[in-house]
Amino acid sequence: MLNFYGVEIASRLLLGTAQYPSPAILADAARASGTEILTVSLRRESGRLREGQDFWGLIADLGVRVLPNTAGCHSVKEAVTTAQMAREVFGTSWIKLEVIGEADTLQPDVFGLVEAARILTSEGFEVFPYTTEDLVVAERLLDAGCKLLMPWGAPIGTGMGLNNVYGLRSLRAHFPDVPLVIDAGIGRPSHAAAAMELGYDAVLLNTAVAKAGDPVAMAGAFARAIEAGRAGFLADPIEPRDMAAPSTPVFGRASLA
Amino acid sequence: MRVTVLGAGVAGLTSALELVRRGATVTIVDRAAALGAGACSWSAGGMLAPWCERESAEPVVATRGAVALDWWDEATGAVTRHGTLVVAPPRDSAEFTRFARRTERYETIDGDRVAELEPDLAGRFRAGLFFPDEGHLEPRGALAALERSLRERGVMFRYGVEADPAEVGDDAVVDCRGFAARDALPDLRGVRGEMLVVRTDEIRLSRPVRLLHPRIPFYVVPRAGGVFMLGATMIESAERRGATARSVVDLLNAAYALHPAFGEAEILEVRADVRPAFPDNLPRVERRGRTTYVNGLYRHGFLLSPTCAQQAAEIATRPEDTSHEADRERRRA
Repeated sequence: MLNFYGVEIASRLLLGTAQYPSPAILADAARASGTEILTVSLRRESGRLREGQDFWGLIADLGVRVLPNTAGCHSVKEAVTTAQMAREVFGTSWIKLEVIGEADTLQPDVFGLVEAARILTSEGFEVFPYTTEDLVVAERLLDAGCKLLMPWGAPIGTGMGLNNVYGLRSLRAHFPDVPLVIDAGIGRPSHAAAAMELGYDAVLLNTAVAKAGDPVAMAGAFARAIEAGRAGFLADPIEPRDMAAPSTPVFGRASLA
Repeated sequence: MRVTVLGAGVAGLTSALELVRRGATVTIVDRAAALGAGACSWSAGGMLAPWCERESAEPVVATRGAVALDWWDEATGAVTRHGTLVVAPPRDSAEFTRFARRTERYETIDGDRVAELEPDLAGRFRAGLFFPDEGHLEPRGALAALERSLRERGVMFRYGVEADPAEVGDDAVVDCRGFAARDALPDLRGVRGEMLVVRTDEIRLSRPVRLLHPRIPFYVVPRAGGVFMLGATMIESAERRGATARSVVDLLNAAYALHPAFGEAEILEVRADVRPAFPDNLPRVERRGRTTYVNGLYRHGFLLSPTCAQQAAEIATRPEDTSHEADRERRRA
């Protein structure tokens, strides 16, 4: 079973909570997805701490684990402060660490990310770092104390799917025992299935469900795609080949020359 | 029949008019010192855009919102029916496609037609969506007109008074206190919104323009005298303190992207307030004993208050023992 910092997780779909048409639809989508982990952004949805409690209360009522994130943080200091606030508000040492380095692509600032991960780990946090597929950065994050990695599929909210399949495959091959979660860029269920077929352990998505015409139906579709992708990976798929190989043997057939 | 309406925001004033139309004697009580001082509808955009709203709202918002144009026109004469224009920067064409797919009753137009509708946007957008049946109003003027017309019809206004059930006597009560009614409606939450009002003579617009953007859905509503309302953020928070620098930067950036003239505009006002909303973001009209609650209008105060008011007035003026019907009304709402 999937294991994040000693916690066993059955569902391989992690869901974000932003941009839904309403909290009621978010709740229905979360239930339809079967997710056990919802990410919550502390920064933009709070103002001062107590005042965002209604929305968080609605999420707490779903009975799932909350993974607070540092979405929208552009510096190490901001991210660390937000993480500390999140621990206080949500009572969890889990933190999805985002340190954004570039405004147009929302690409992670991997240098700041490693530094923030080191600080937070030393303070007892269990860090879920949002990173790129870069192997060296991945190594540094593990050195900093991260026990899992969350590489992007594509930039946040783009819905482009897996932009660098080679890089993601290579990351999987280099870290066979580290839980790897595709975070961001997923647009359609087939993207999520593809990530699972690469051997990724889970998928985190938000926009693809929240902004779908029918978020609840889409949440269910993603749940099934992720299940199918995972089952396909475990079933050891065939390798693609150049030459056609008939699935019915030709030997022994009548020759009508 | 005597009815006390709590709250002089858009829900309270529209409800009062519908009650008067049904022959009730109405008193409006509001704890604020004057019209608008405590009402989040004072910060509204005033767009009557039921079909655009389908982008993120349930179908019922469009069907019930469609009557708002005529309602406000009849009640205040303040509705401008020039439609709504929706545009997107070329790099956000995905937002544009999605918006078109989710909404209805629009024409897909090219850059020339955008320029015909809004000459000052000529050459800035290659495509747009035009919703010809929509309209807008100036919320403060509309609320003031409604207040005047209610006074003329004998409605009494008591500002600066906390709603005290003892003082209300035996009156029926229509509770339109918005977020302040959370004591009675515990699943009400606040959705914070921030807006700006600016003035510039360098650009003229005849209708609300929405600029689609994946991060900040932005609109500008023209008012008289070169004044524009720029809105509005949507943040899950009931925090009422002033607008944040970040939100102001976002809104101004979007305005600047729509037209650089906004960069030179004079900032007249920056406001933040809290929209009352239920978990499904749909309004609710519900009677308990002698009190009828109208709440949860969310971002659709001007759009949905007319139908809510009609419903509330009907329910509130019924004899009390039919409250089981109110339950059915509530479910329908």
